[in-house]
Amino acid sequence: MKKLKSVVELKQFREELLAERKGIKKSIAVCEGTGCHAYKSSAVADAFEKELKQRGLDAGIAVRRTGCHGFCERGPMAKIFPQKIFYFQVKPEDVAEIVESTLLSDKLVERLLFFDEKTGKRCACQDEIPFYKLQDQVVFGNNFLISPKHIEDYMAAGGYSALARALSTMTPLDVLEEVKKSGLRGRGGGGFPAGLKWDTTRNAPGEPKYVIVNADEGDPGAYMDRSLLEGNPHSVLEGLMLGAYAVGSNQGFIYVRQEYSIAIENLPIAIEQAKQLGLLGENILGTGFSFDVTIHQGAGAFVSGESSALMSAIEGRVGEPRPKYIRTAVRGLWDKPSNLNNVETWANVPLIINNGSDWFRSLGTQGSKGTKIFSLVGKVKCTGLVEVPMGVTLRQIVYDIGGGIRNDRKFKAVQTGGPSGGCIPEQYLDLPVDFDELSKVGSMMGSGGLIVMDEDTCMVDVAKYFTNFLAQESCGKCVPCREGLRQMKRILQNITRGKGAEADLNTLEELGAFMKEASLCALGQTAANPVLSTLRYFRNEYEAHVLHGQCPARVCRDLIVFYIDPLKCTACGTCRKQCPTDAISGDKKLVHIIDQEKCIKCGTCFQVCPARFSAVSRLPGGPAPAPVAYGTTVVQKAKGESR
Amino acid sequence: MKTVTLKINGLEVSAREGASVLDAARAAGFDIPTLCSHEELEPAGVCRFCMVEITRGTKSRLVASCVYPVENGLEVQTESDRVKKIRRMLIELLLPVAPSGPIGALAKRYGVEKSRFELDNPGQAPANCSLCGLCVRYCEQIGGGDAVGFLGRGVSRKVALMPDKGDECVFCRKCYSICNSGRFVEMAEVFPDQP
Repeated sequence: MKKLKSVVELKQFREELLAERKGIKKSIAVCEGTGCHAYKSSAVADAFEKELKQRGLDAGIAVRRTGCHGFCERGPMAKIFPQKIFYFQVKPEDVAEIVESTLLSDKLVERLLFFDEKTGKRCACQDEIPFYKLQDQVVFGNNFLISPKHIEDYMAAGGYSALARALSTMTPLDVLEEVKKSGLRGRGGGGFPAGLKWDTTRNAPGEPKYVIVNADEGDPGAYMDRSLLEGNPHSVLEGLMLGAYAVGSNQGFIYVRQEYSIAIENLPIAIEQAKQLGLLGENILGTGFSFDVTIHQGAGAFVSGESSALMSAIEGRVGEPRPKYIRTAVRGLWDKPSNLNNVETWANVPLIINNGSDWFRSLGTQGSKGTKIFSLVGKVKCTGLVEVPMGVTLRQIVYDIGGGIRNDRKFKAVQTGGPSGGCIPEQYLDLPVDFDELSKVGSMMGSGGLIVMDEDTCMVDVAKYFTNFLAQESCGKCVPCREGLRQMKRILQNITRGKGAEADLNTLEELGAFMKEASLCALGQTAANPVLSTLRYFRNEYEAHVLHGQCPARVCRDLIVFYIDPLKCTACGTCRKQCPTDAISGDKKLVHIIDQEKCIKCGTCFQVCPARFSAVSRLPGGPAPAPVAYGTTVVQKAKGESR
Repeated sequence: MKTVTLKINGLEVSAREGASVLDAARAAGFDIPTLCSHEELEPAGVCRFCMVEITRGTKSRLVASCVYPVENGLEVQTESDRVKKIRRMLIELLLPVAPSGPIGALAKRYGVEKSRFELDNPGQAPANCSLCGLCVRYCEQIGGGDAVGFLGRGVSRKVALMPDKGDECVFCRKCYSICNSGRFVEMAEVFPDQP
């Protein structure tokens, strides 16, 4: 690759690329994001390459190994261009047929298409699949077009045109103003206006200034930043460079979790290729602007995503927050002005510069502009990454995009914002999703995790899960967060074990308010949200635990009991044979009885009791109804069951 | 030297620019309790006992006074109801963890008779360490040895003598005397004798 010395040379380079690719009429994008990679999608890509080569088609049909396509649950995925046909759960054995049917004779391979349960039809194109139809993939969409290991793909898709434009026709202040006007808010958690933050860094005294990418995404179940960084690293780099230009920085850092192996593989390649093209380094495109970027691998502490902790870690110290009455935008890395934004925020910047702030403002709501990528997981039928304009309702995301609740169970709550967020009940399903609306109901946008929960989820158990997570992941430095979480964890444990008291609920609320007010950093200040939001909307579940010793969702093992209905038991013996603790007694024609002393509440009997008998019931709390005397004969007769 | 004028508990006080609210308040004779503050060490802002209520205009909020710099026109309340509520909860939380040391006296001062909280396991002995970090920070900032450090994070965090750093210890024994709760003397028994 030759070094591009001017904006004109960059344009020529892109034109040459496009001319070279003119002969390619069709292409196959095989997802090699983390999800599909785990499904061995590389073998599928290999098979496509081999098949096309054998048939001598490799010159006219391109195989692209791309980043994440979003519908991770149905991987490995392959998307056929130009028709935008999506094939799911593709195996290497399917490849020859796809080439033969779809690529050579425009026929569909029906069995690999998405099946829409609602209409009973198969959908071929992206625009027909409900999961994609309602999305607006302005940030994520380029993942289909780009192999992250080839900068040419990004360039061919228009990459680095925003940088070229900014460096040649805009002053740093113009760039800053455009971002300010766009209303872009930080996608990492707090939703702070990016332009204001940039402005603070730009105006803060001290040189050099730094720009940093926060790729320490750590919320359980969230992976949108990971997928962006893996699939389209150049969009993040370009955004970072635009930010650097705007605030007057020449050095950037990317703080990325060590666990993100594909991102860590692709990022250095992207940086190296950008350097070779002269898009990073000294005197970029002959404009006098110089910029370099360093990758810092995080060692996996959740708290390192907090800005001051992240900067401490880059400095080589322990990644712990420091009290920051002076913001990191003013005094950050090595006490210099440092602008930190997360991956998705940076990836939005080239789009804003290319399309203008008015375009960006046309997407979203009054207070939250643009789109947001969510990680839709939990008990929905279709899980994966979804990008929607701000303001779409939770109901649309859960039911239209996600396809509704798995096994048609009843919806209970959606947890947003990761461990610092909260659980939103059914009454707010029509809430438009934006930064402010989510805060109003006691949750937050966070980085965009959406965990859907159904009626079989115990909300006290959920609060306990997140509290335990935070108790382990807090740095433990300040008393309110560390000791507050320790006690919350203990109290929740007691409640789920049937040892709670009504007064505990008030204590939890008091502790939550205290932690919010007294903790040192945002982690501690929001650590009580899982408890506070579940107490706010599901207090009846807490009360059932502490007042009646019952777990309404039948989850908490220390409370629930299993019971065999003597009128329904057919003495088939299945439960007795499979009980791991021999807690079930019975014999031919005798009603089976559970010895509650021996029962470990594993639920095996409940699961194995044939559905047509449904003799085993799981009760929310004890004591179990008194068992019949041993030796009682069954009323029902089992047909065809082994005795 | 530039000075700044602020009001603490209604009293007009002037302080050196860049000084902390805690220093300014103490110089004016107000007794703000702290566990993690020490005149020889950089402030850490971790024990949160020094939190005070500040008002600017109509807005008031709580800040850790040891790390909050003085500002012209700032109004500070060191013993407001909001502040006392925070301190009482801190005391309740630390009582089961570090009953010896200064917590007892603070409990008396703020009228905390007993704590609602307990250690994780019944019968567990308290560590008698509030993790204020004075020993760790002294060793790091003045002792120069890094022989004392924190291990673990979150609820598992603890102070430990670093096994491989023993030869860097300069045996100043300041960690013994700087400790709030006498925990250190117990723990330091494993340390080798002075050469």
